[in-house]
Amino acid sequence: MKTMLYASAAAAVLALVSTAQAQDTVKIGVILPYSGQFADGAKQMDAGIKLYMKMNGDTVAGKKIEIIRKDVAGPQPPVAKRLAQELVVRDNVDILAGFLLTPNAMAAADISAEAKKFMVIMNAATSIITTKSNYSVRTSHTLPQVSATMGAWAAKNGVKKAYTMVSDYGPGHDAETSFQAALKSAGGESVGAVRMAVANPDFSAYVQRAKDLNPESIFVFIPGGAQPAAIGKAFAERGIDSAKTKILGTGELTDDSALVNMGDTALGIITAWTYDHNHKSALNEKFVAEYKKDNNGENPNFFVAGGYDGMHVIYEALKKTGGKTDGEALVNAAKGLKWEAPRGPMMIDPETRDIVQTIYIRKVEKVGGKLVNVEFDKVENVKDPVKAAMK
Amino acid sequence: MLPPVFGVLFDGIAYGMLLFLLSVGMSVTLGLMNFVNLAHCAFGMLGAYVTVMLMKNFNWNFFATLPFAFLAAAFVSVLVERTLYRRLYRATDLDQVLLTIGLAFISVAAAAWFFGTTQQPVAMPSYMRGSITFFGLNIGIYRLFLIAVGIVVTILLVMTLEHTRFGAQVRAAVDNQRMARGLGIDVDRTFAVTFALGSGLAGLGGALAIEIVGLDPHFAFVYLVYVLIVVSVGGLGSIAGSFAAACLIGISDIAGKYYVPQLGGFLIYLVMVAVLMWKPAGLFGKRS
Repeated sequence: MKTMLYASAAAAVLALVSTAQAQDTVKIGVILPYSGQFADGAKQMDAGIKLYMKMNGDTVAGKKIEIIRKDVAGPQPPVAKRLAQELVVRDNVDILAGFLLTPNAMAAADISAEAKKFMVIMNAATSIITTKSNYSVRTSHTLPQVSATMGAWAAKNGVKKAYTMVSDYGPGHDAETSFQAALKSAGGESVGAVRMAVANPDFSAYVQRAKDLNPESIFVFIPGGAQPAAIGKAFAERGIDSAKTKILGTGELTDDSALVNMGDTALGIITAWTYDHNHKSALNEKFVAEYKKDNNGENPNFFVAGGYDGMHVIYEALKKTGGKTDGEALVNAAKGLKWEAPRGPMMIDPETRDIVQTIYIRKVEKVGGKLVNVEFDKVENVKDPVKAAMK
Repeated sequence: MLPPVFGVLFDGIAYGMLLFLLSVGMSVTLGLMNFVNLAHCAFGMLGAYVTVMLMKNFNWNFFATLPFAFLAAAFVSVLVERTLYRRLYRATDLDQVLLTIGLAFISVAAAAWFFGTTQQPVAMPSYMRGSITFFGLNIGIYRLFLIAVGIVVTILLVMTLEHTRFGAQVRAAVDNQRMARGLGIDVDRTFAVTFALGSGLAGLGGALAIEIVGLDPHFAFVYLVYVLIVVSVGGLGSIAGSFAAACLIGISDIAGKYYVPQLGGFLIYLVMVAVLMWKPAGLFGKRS
């Protein structure tokens, strides 16, 4: 107990000292899995953060922005919590940001709530994260936001019966329930569902089962990475013809890297998503060109957009507060913030602090010999349906 | 029209063949040489990356890369065996486990460093994709090919170990090393070749697995679990055992996902527990 007291006293003194020194800088602690299985996503989001600072300068409202990066190395909530704590207590950061994975964001939200630090969630997509800290905002999307939009769109566009296939974990359950609910309330019907083991290398049995039921459409949610290609190949191998059975999904399913792996079997898959580098807007074209210049010609994806837009929220909030960094002031400045992002118009919902944005309906087509997600419809001003239902 | 159960059996056996190719090498090294090689799947991963690189950077045909996946894995494994493993043949299991699991970790990090953590794309020749219909059953062409490879490898292995001079030397060296040396058998060389053969097969299995399960740096660990299950269910050192166990695990995995998806991928663990309670040394295990 005594050592705890000393430690916190020392921390308090240190905090005072560093506040005195750090008056002209705003420190942002970024927590991402820079190593391990999710390192690619972290790298991309980090590149989005860097790009925003490069394009908009590293000084806002007279303060210099300093980024302190911490590697959480995977879905490890205790580590994320410890890192957030260290950032707040030792490095004396003003803002917590990053967060690729839900469990890490949930753990760090406790620290944000306790220390009253502004927190920007740049990817993690489980609905409830933003309810854990009143100082948090999100600049990515929520999974229900995307999958409910898909469900409602499908029912309105002639797909009345759907079978759902989701990964058997939190986000998968979210996607399943919100897709089915939206489908039903728009007059559609769910004809069956399967939850697939998360650590699952071979999808053939699940796909065969779906095929034997011969549904009008199949909705798929699986995490990005290894699985989209595997399930795409299983669809092709089982002879599921996307002309007869519509394959619907969220954007992970047809991410660029997944498309390369799937090849032509991906043609005709319809997905609902927030950002694609082919989105047509002047701002996006500039964003893509600048990103490619710094990243060996790679195209930006939703991780990059999440990081980029997250920095935008931080910059705009700081401008509004005139450089004041207390959590209350920053989060109030962020509420209701509207801006034009590479992905289109966005807003921080003043009530839920979550993201409000356009969801695009895309279809995989071959353009100039390459597989591309072509946007052909959109739903504007989509809020998170889970929080709307909580009210 | 055949009922779906045949489709499940076919898919299960095809998946089992993949597991068999990946695990038979480990069964041999563990059962015959008493060496716990947890880096076994790292050699499988090596073979897979060789195939991907040859196809991506040199536009090789998928089939042409397969021998090189085998050879590369075999060659690297001999280097590792000569420099590291041979020192630990008489060491305790724990020492062997520590060394080899460390190597597996290194292989994951090395693969991530060189190739990135993303999935590696491979484009199979178009005639290997899709499926044919046989009495109303969907038969995946690639899966058919997997089963053929699995059967050929099994026959070759059994013939080699049971009916050739080399096979006799391996069995002699395992049963009584001193006696084998006394008879003029070069035990070191025999072990090195056996080891290379096992790792080479893992390399081949890894290359064949890409189309079904994909490839990223975690391959070395993800499949280690399945390989250990197959080896323990089949019984150490038994090729027939590995074959039977791989089929059993493959079929129960597919059947579980098809008929009782709520159980998900868990059924294989139940099968493993049941088999090991019935026969602690595995289906074809000789010693407990």
